[in-house]
Amino acid sequence: MEYFIQQLVNGITLGSIYGLIAIGYTMVYGIIGMINFAHGDIFMIGAFVALISFIIFGLTGVALPIILLLVLLIAMLFTACYGWTVEKLAYKPLRGSFRLAPLISALGMSIVLQNYVQVAQGARVKPMQPLISGGLEFFKNSEFIVTVSYLQIFIVILTIILMGIFTYLITKTDLGRAQRACEQDRTMTALLGINVDRTISITFIIGSSLASVAGMMFVLYYGVIDFYIGFLAGIKAFTAAVLGGIGSLPGAMLGGLLIGLIETFWAGYVSLEYKDVAAFSVLIVVLIFFPTGFLGKPDIEKV
Amino acid sequence: MEKKDIIQSFKDSLFTGLIALALFGPIVGLRTASKGEGLFITPQWGIVFLLVGLCVLGRFLINLNSARKTEITFFSNFTSKFSAITEDKAKHFAITAILFAVVFPFLPFTDRYFMDVAIMILTYIMLGWGLNIVVGLAGLLDLGYVAFYAVGAYSYALIATTFGWSFWICLPLAGVFAGFFGILLGFPVLRLRGDYLAIVTLGFGEIIRIILINWYEVTNGPDGITGIPRPSFFGLPFKRSPDEGETSFHLFFNLEYSTMHRIIFLYYLILVLALITNYFTLKIRKLPVGRAWEALREDEIACKSLGVNPTNTKLTAFAIGAMFGGFAGSFFATRQAFISPESFTFIESAIIVAIVVLGGMGSQTGVVLASIFLIGITEMFRDLEQYRMIAFGGAMVLIMVFKPKGILANRKPTILMHGDKK
Repeated sequence: MEYFIQQLVNGITLGSIYGLIAIGYTMVYGIIGMINFAHGDIFMIGAFVALISFIIFGLTGVALPIILLLVLLIAMLFTACYGWTVEKLAYKPLRGSFRLAPLISALGMSIVLQNYVQVAQGARVKPMQPLISGGLEFFKNSEFIVTVSYLQIFIVILTIILMGIFTYLITKTDLGRAQRACEQDRTMTALLGINVDRTISITFIIGSSLASVAGMMFVLYYGVIDFYIGFLAGIKAFTAAVLGGIGSLPGAMLGGLLIGLIETFWAGYVSLEYKDVAAFSVLIVVLIFFPTGFLGKPDIEKV
Repeated sequence: MEKKDIIQSFKDSLFTGLIALALFGPIVGLRTASKGEGLFITPQWGIVFLLVGLCVLGRFLINLNSARKTEITFFSNFTSKFSAITEDKAKHFAITAILFAVVFPFLPFTDRYFMDVAIMILTYIMLGWGLNIVVGLAGLLDLGYVAFYAVGAYSYALIATTFGWSFWICLPLAGVFAGFFGILLGFPVLRLRGDYLAIVTLGFGEIIRIILINWYEVTNGPDGITGIPRPSFFGLPFKRSPDEGETSFHLFFNLEYSTMHRIIFLYYLILVLALITNYFTLKIRKLPVGRAWEALREDEIACKSLGVNPTNTKLTAFAIGAMFGGFAGSFFATRQAFISPESFTFIESAIIVAIVVLGGMGSQTGVVLASIFLIGITEMFRDLEQYRMIAFGGAMVLIMVFKPKGILANRKPTILMHGDKK
């Protein structure tokens, strides 16, 4: 039982990270109907920017909460630039091209970003000293002590705060209304005087900043990153987006949590070696049996 | 050009520089490196300023040059003309290329290194042609093609090392196994839409690789399989001193022993295998199933209403493509005599997809040119391995932006209705 609770806590933490990445996939899919294959690598770049800023601020000796806040903002800013540029260079010229063209372009972009970071930062793994240590212990009298680290609490709370801001942004502001309008009908939205290109750019910026936050959490949680982390994390987050129903924002968060839980429980109870197979199998099963996911709208093909 | 325009483009370039600074500043400028315990930062501002300067200059020149549009049209006209010529002269081109390929091993400048590169290029040509059936003809983007390559290689290796059967029995078996895997995967997933299918095939490719790494009892895990038997020349092995009761190749033909014999044989083997793939593709395009593939690629709903079963039709394309991947895989296994999961990563799939896409989906000649270009360039810049992958991905993006149908676009249907002829 204690073991179960421990896995549950770990799963929710991991799920928060996947959920934040999944939002980027689902938003872009909702608005321009393409799978942004390079999004996983944007997440990786976010993790690198966060790592670099942690090292720089680590030398200054500023208090920990201020460091966290600064790193968060810096990672969001710089990673958003990457998201924006990728969209401008690789996706925007392809609107209206045949369906697989943006996907192939995204694949190329993903290869570029991965190898670019490999060249610039080196291929070796980057370890980081843990910044936030300690935690709360439960069930001290039983055999298995459940530990909820402060880091896990930080990750989950930060995710909840960001989700709150994000939901407000989408449901209550003009920007969110413009985005939802673009999702429904781009031509009509443009006719009504909304700058569609700008809205799409902002979508990429928001998606990338959320991914960079996930990247920062990844650095803190695992303490080790390399240029290849974006590939697996990206696929898993995409699975999460599909599981929750692609195009649906609460769905992405729900899907992220589910994938995190499935992965942790699979690793804890079935087999550690095959934990990535679990995520891929879930993806295949979901796509076959619930192609619209849990909260997605059915996709009607028009002739 | 007016003064206002110049100021405008100058401002624009400065903005580009600002963005470039934000992009390259942290990632390129602050290189992290481990030194003893923990990480330290080595600044590299020189490179950053160089990159930013290049971006600003490039942007400014593009802005100034209002003739940019005409240049792009010139480029695309040029490639269209080029593809028109190659199409008209396709027969001559093909015959010349095949003749060259046949005499290549005996040319005076051909040495061991050239032969190895040629064998590698031909392997990729064969893989490209195999994938072209799936991507080019049927329009299904398969990002996990390397899985079938791996299945072919491992089935060949396992059968050959366990039962000791000859290459000529194992090769078809490996192809059949790979085709079977194609059906196994394809059956549930082929009803998915294009981009979902791409991701699922990618997932399948990774699953196969993870299984190969972890299923230690059968695949020997990350250590791979060693001692895979080399192919023999119809029963005559390529050995300096054959075992008792055996005649080796050089003794039978009264030649002096040379390791080149085996290389040349391998070269012709892959050449024949590749040409069979090509011949098969060209023929099947004219059969009902091949026409159904092309029709499905163009319009799935119209096909459905005309009574074509999309799932079954796609399944045949998938299985046949997988089978050729399996053949190429067993060739790879016998050539290397050693295979490990490391040879079957996602990047291999991406390279094969890039070959098909850059060549122009559906164009057989395009695959040949793209393979020679990509693999040849790779070999020339072997020391710049990492930069080469950046160029590789960049080329994929650029081709999609400027010429989404590939250098040699050949999406012309094999048959046209009357009156559609231009």
